[in-house]
Amino acid sequence: MTTPVLDIIGVSKRFGDNLANDGISMSLGKGEIVALLGENGAGKTTLMSILFGHYVPDDGQIRIDGEELPPGKPRAAIGAGVGMVHQHFSLASNLTVLENVMTGTEQLWKLRSATEEARKKLVGIAERFGLKVDPDARLGDLSVGEQQRVEILKALYNDARILILDEPTAVLTNIEAERMFATLKDMARQGLSLIFISHKLDEVMAAAHRIVVLRGGKVVAERKASETNKAELAELMVGRRVTRPVREPSTPGAVVLELRDLGVRIGGVERLKNVGFVLREGEVLGIIGVSGNGQAPLARVLSGTLARTSGELLLYGEAVGNLSVGDVVDAGIGRIPEDRNGEGAIGEMSIWENAVLERLPAYSRNGLVDRKAGMAFAKSIIDAFDVRGGTPASGTRLLSGGNMQKLILGRNLSHRPRILIAAQPARGLDEGAVAAVHARILEARKAGTAVLLISEDLDEVISLADRIQAIVGGRLSPPVNAEEADARLLGLMMSGDWSHIAEAAHAP
Amino acid sequence: MSVVFDILASAGLWAAILRIATPLIFGTLGALLCERAGVLNLGIEGIMTFGAMIGWLAVFHGADLWTGVLVAAISGTLFGVLHSLLTVTLGLSQHVSGLGVTLFASSFSYYVFRLVVPVAGTPPTVMPFQPIDIPALSSLPFIGPAFFTQTAPTYLAIVIALIMGYIIFRTPVGLAIRMTGENPHAAEAQGVNPMKVRYGAVIAGSALMAVGGAFLTLSAFNSFFPTMVQGRGWICIALVVFASWRPGRALFGALLFAFFDAFQLRLQTVVEGVPYQIFLMTPYILSIFALALMARRARVPQALMQPYRRGER
Repeated sequence: MTTPVLDIIGVSKRFGDNLANDGISMSLGKGEIVALLGENGAGKTTLMSILFGHYVPDDGQIRIDGEELPPGKPRAAIGAGVGMVHQHFSLASNLTVLENVMTGTEQLWKLRSATEEARKKLVGIAERFGLKVDPDARLGDLSVGEQQRVEILKALYNDARILILDEPTAVLTNIEAERMFATLKDMARQGLSLIFISHKLDEVMAAAHRIVVLRGGKVVAERKASETNKAELAELMVGRRVTRPVREPSTPGAVVLELRDLGVRIGGVERLKNVGFVLREGEVLGIIGVSGNGQAPLARVLSGTLARTSGELLLYGEAVGNLSVGDVVDAGIGRIPEDRNGEGAIGEMSIWENAVLERLPAYSRNGLVDRKAGMAFAKSIIDAFDVRGGTPASGTRLLSGGNMQKLILGRNLSHRPRILIAAQPARGLDEGAVAAVHARILEARKAGTAVLLISEDLDEVISLADRIQAIVGGRLSPPVNAEEADARLLGLMMSGDWSHIAEAAHAP
Repeated sequence: MSVVFDILASAGLWAAILRIATPLIFGTLGALLCERAGVLNLGIEGIMTFGAMIGWLAVFHGADLWTGVLVAAISGTLFGVLHSLLTVTLGLSQHVSGLGVTLFASSFSYYVFRLVVPVAGTPPTVMPFQPIDIPALSSLPFIGPAFFTQTAPTYLAIVIALIMGYIIFRTPVGLAIRMTGENPHAAEAQGVNPMKVRYGAVIAGSALMAVGGAFLTLSAFNSFFPTMVQGRGWICIALVVFASWRPGRALFGALLFAFFDAFQLRLQTVVEGVPYQIFLMTPYILSIFALALMARRARVPQALMQPYRRGER
């Protein structure tokens, strides 16, 4: 781990007024895993794009094994043994795994592709690093985790010795992420050198040997994983002490939402079975589970976009039929959808349009949209919820994930909802934005809103929820009180072992 | 039923199928190549018309027939450059650009034709390609007149279909074309230049379309008239989908359509009491059915009709 295979020396890059990288220097040893930690916009991706030759730096140089890499030449970077695994995969879903890996690796005008040799090489690499995948499978038929394996294999196939992974866990489930980090560690043991970009403290602490913290385009600190802790890293990354908000005790009020034996069947498959819970004013009920266990249908039933097949839904104590989206809005149910780009907001429309879309009648006059009122409402959200990077008239697509989430929160909370359905509200957000979103949810709880928090993040659920139920295979476990829940118990609950919570549920 | 059998048993039907299919094979392969690289080329109808005109004109002015085909191919490459400029370099809508190329090329071919050839009662003619006499094969009973009395371009079309299938699925350049049509960003990240690939595919594809047009004036007929392509280009666009973007199936699809067409032509003459327009419709109606049946499982190139801009996602 002493010989540096990669040296980044004084690299700077400016985009317009924005100094994205400011004299960054770092090194990477053979067999080492370095985490590049920083919030969104800290310059991590820019630095790695320079390393890979996508951008030409204004200043500084990259050395591999002591030799300078010509700037701005991806081919040269690949040739020198640098492989990049992008956050959004660069793969073609209609081609096979082998075809995806082989593209561009042969002389273009050869009369025949050496498919058999390529297959042998690929299978060999896959076996060596435990990246099992069928070379002839159509890429689109693979799971996201498998697709990432293909992306890594692609880099290794080009004889990469230095592997750069841009937010590798952003699209993975927890289990897939754990498996991937195990693979990365194994690769490092076999002599590869790795850099991974992240803003998640847990995975950085768990997987990296060394951590380089970037803020505002500068290296602000470098720590060995064994000599630091999450709190210190969080402070270094954000530049100030970040404290996630703390849940104050409260007395829940009346039951506002109750499900009894609710079932949903989609295309003959039971997605939800005998789901039951009660939700009271002024409390947060956490639904924890590995994604894909029925969270999406549950949120959709409560948001009015999916009809239930059986069971009862009681709203404010009254049994109701299937809800439409309009009913849901009228009933004072706010929603934070899981997919904020797909369902939460329309990127091509302006911020004010997104702000008023679900309440158009309230923002129209004489059959026309009341633009002025809409703009004023959007302005009030922007001010009150600290939405940065946009004006009421600017495009929503330009907002970062955290700011878009604040806009969606603001749109819902400004109307003081009685119930809030929050699905994965902090997913993919950086530390500062997570704290802001959590604070808003707790504020709503304090104001008497009943919050249903659907999440797969243990820390999030433990810190926000008053009571917790696990969702496994479309079924809900009995609830446990947050005070009795720890990571171990929740882990058991998420795996479907509910034997330990019988007493807890009956406890006063 | 005996009528149907008689038609099927006539060597003339099978000879006609190959003849009718030839321009469709060229056109479909051309459109397929463009689409595999991610560019829809609706210029096909106009490019075929122009190829028919310019190929004929060259021969009319004394060039030999293969030179005429070559001239048509070159005119196709020029329209390919035009379509690439608009859709690849400028990233404009591929529909609009393609329809523009068709309108321009169709009108322009009539314009050039009228500039050179004065209006006449009977259009001037050239001596077209003659059937090739293949020793032994052409003299076989039934088989000979049915399959071995074609002109050279027909055999060329079939050979090109097979070669294109090989290129697309067995060579590095074919993989580069497919990757560009599926995900140009991925292609670029692996050192393939999607811009160049798209230019190459559209130019070569357009040349094939023009050759398909030239077949009409230099082999199937011997004169040019402006409406002679008659929607064959659009049939080719549909055949590409029918073929699921596979050259071998494109060949099959073109032959199938030609079969319907040749069959209905003969049926017209023997069945009485049915308006002939009904028969004219049948190949198209059957095509729609076949398309609906086949295209449901088709895997469209994912980046088809999406302009590629470097550095954007």
